[in-house]
Amino acid sequence: MEEKILSVKNLTIVRNDHKILDDLSFDVAKGDTLAVIGPNGAGKTTLLKAILGLIPYVGQVTWGKDVKIGYVPQRLYLENDIPFTTKEFLELKHRGINEIKKALKSVGLGGEEISQKETEKHILENKISNLSGGELQRVLIAWSLLGNPNVLLFDEPTSGIDISGEDTVYTLLSELNKKAGLTIILVSHEIDVVRHFTSQVLCLNKEKVCYGPPQEVITQKTIDKLFGGETDYYHHNHKF
Amino acid sequence: MVIDNIFLLIIISSLIAAASAYVGSFMVLKRMSLVGDALSHVALPGMAVAIMFGISPIIGAFIALSIAVIIIWHLEETSENYPETLVGIFFTLSLAIGILITKDSELLEALFGSIEKMTLTEGLTSAVLCVFIILTAKRFLKPLLVSIVSKELAITQGFNIKRINLIYLFLIALVVSLGVRFVGTLLMGALVIIPAASAKNLSRSFNSYCLISIVFGILSSLSGILIARSFNLEIGPIVVISSFIIYLFSYIVKLTR
Repeated sequence: MEEKILSVKNLTIVRNDHKILDDLSFDVAKGDTLAVIGPNGAGKTTLLKAILGLIPYVGQVTWGKDVKIGYVPQRLYLENDIPFTTKEFLELKHRGINEIKKALKSVGLGGEEISQKETEKHILENKISNLSGGELQRVLIAWSLLGNPNVLLFDEPTSGIDISGEDTVYTLLSELNKKAGLTIILVSHEIDVVRHFTSQVLCLNKEKVCYGPPQEVITQKTIDKLFGGETDYYHHNHKF
Repeated sequence: MVIDNIFLLIIISSLIAAASAYVGSFMVLKRMSLVGDALSHVALPGMAVAIMFGISPIIGAFIALSIAVIIIWHLEETSENYPETLVGIFFTLSLAIGILITKDSELLEALFGSIEKMTLTEGLTSAVLCVFIILTAKRFLKPLLVSIVSKELAITQGFNIKRINLIYLFLIALVVSLGVRFVGTLLMGALVIIPAASAKNLSRSFNSYCLISIVFGILSSLSGILIARSFNLEIGPIVVISSFIIYLFSYIVKLTR
């Protein structure tokens, strides 16, 4: 049997007398890439926060042994003129410039495309608020990679990035999963991406609508059930 | 015994200004500037009661401020939307009560500072506490900064945010209690916020931001004391005006960049 890295049992979350998640159970195996999909307000971000232990819940969330989680939030609340360089930001997670450069390289910042010196000048020494949406997203992924996690949790990895940037982020995540054997759990709203990229999908709308490999569980019927007939929901042409 | 040596006075006030500016650097980034200003008003009733009982107003201010920061901390931890307006209202109310119960002869000093009347014991204790404030803030720099950027990241990194916030709020209470003797309850907010706001205009990295903030804090207190002494003016307001002139200069530099 595949080794379980996360087990969620009967998870229920109620906030202000309002049920956000209802009796949700699922397991995640080591090396899986799980996408949590569902309409706005389905409880996707809440689920992520609950399994991270950021909010109170009823039910059981059990992580496997020796789990080290890297978390990438949906966005950072950075003021435009916050006096903070990318280097200083990454150093808050891990001191050691070599590891920082390695993490940046593995997210495609500072590889062959851009020379080492340029990366330092443009990314590391630059104010973090001056980075573009795509660069900031990669820096956040680099942050989560520092400290060698074995599980990555992403909340909408491509929010704030244009469509051409989205492909590269997913390709990047796919590489991290294959090369480094990381288990990845992500929240997404893009069904096409999920179909191509993930090994498991959890359709969520307050309760579990479907769970399993995307080829099997994403059918017109489940999509209708999930999004209430809005089937033209986020179809982009992604190339993999 | 009152400190009559101007050099000693300058050293002590510079330390207070440096500690205020350093703590203020976090406050500006945490977007707590207004809370900090309202908070300083709470010191007044504490000082009034302390004077009544014949103890140092610094101790009275610290006790009152400690109660206030525990309230702020509790609200921050328990309510989803931080009730900033409510905090503003109640803290300003405490200023009104403070004004009523402070003796007329003491009122002006409590409102606008009276460092010339600082005793040697108060001065030396203040100096030691300022060093303590700076070192403690530096010690908790990392979790503080991560929580400013993202509370969630801080928690997933294993930092005890509640504890860190409480420690930080107590540092604010301490620095404000020392500062009210220097520039008074009404002007203390300026000592904490203006140097950091000026430094923010000029710096790209956090290190330079803190350093410039501290330098500006010291510079404004130094020039404030010297100008006030030369022209026989009140020290508190002149320190704040000097600080504002530095801010203006930093803003112009920012615009011309």
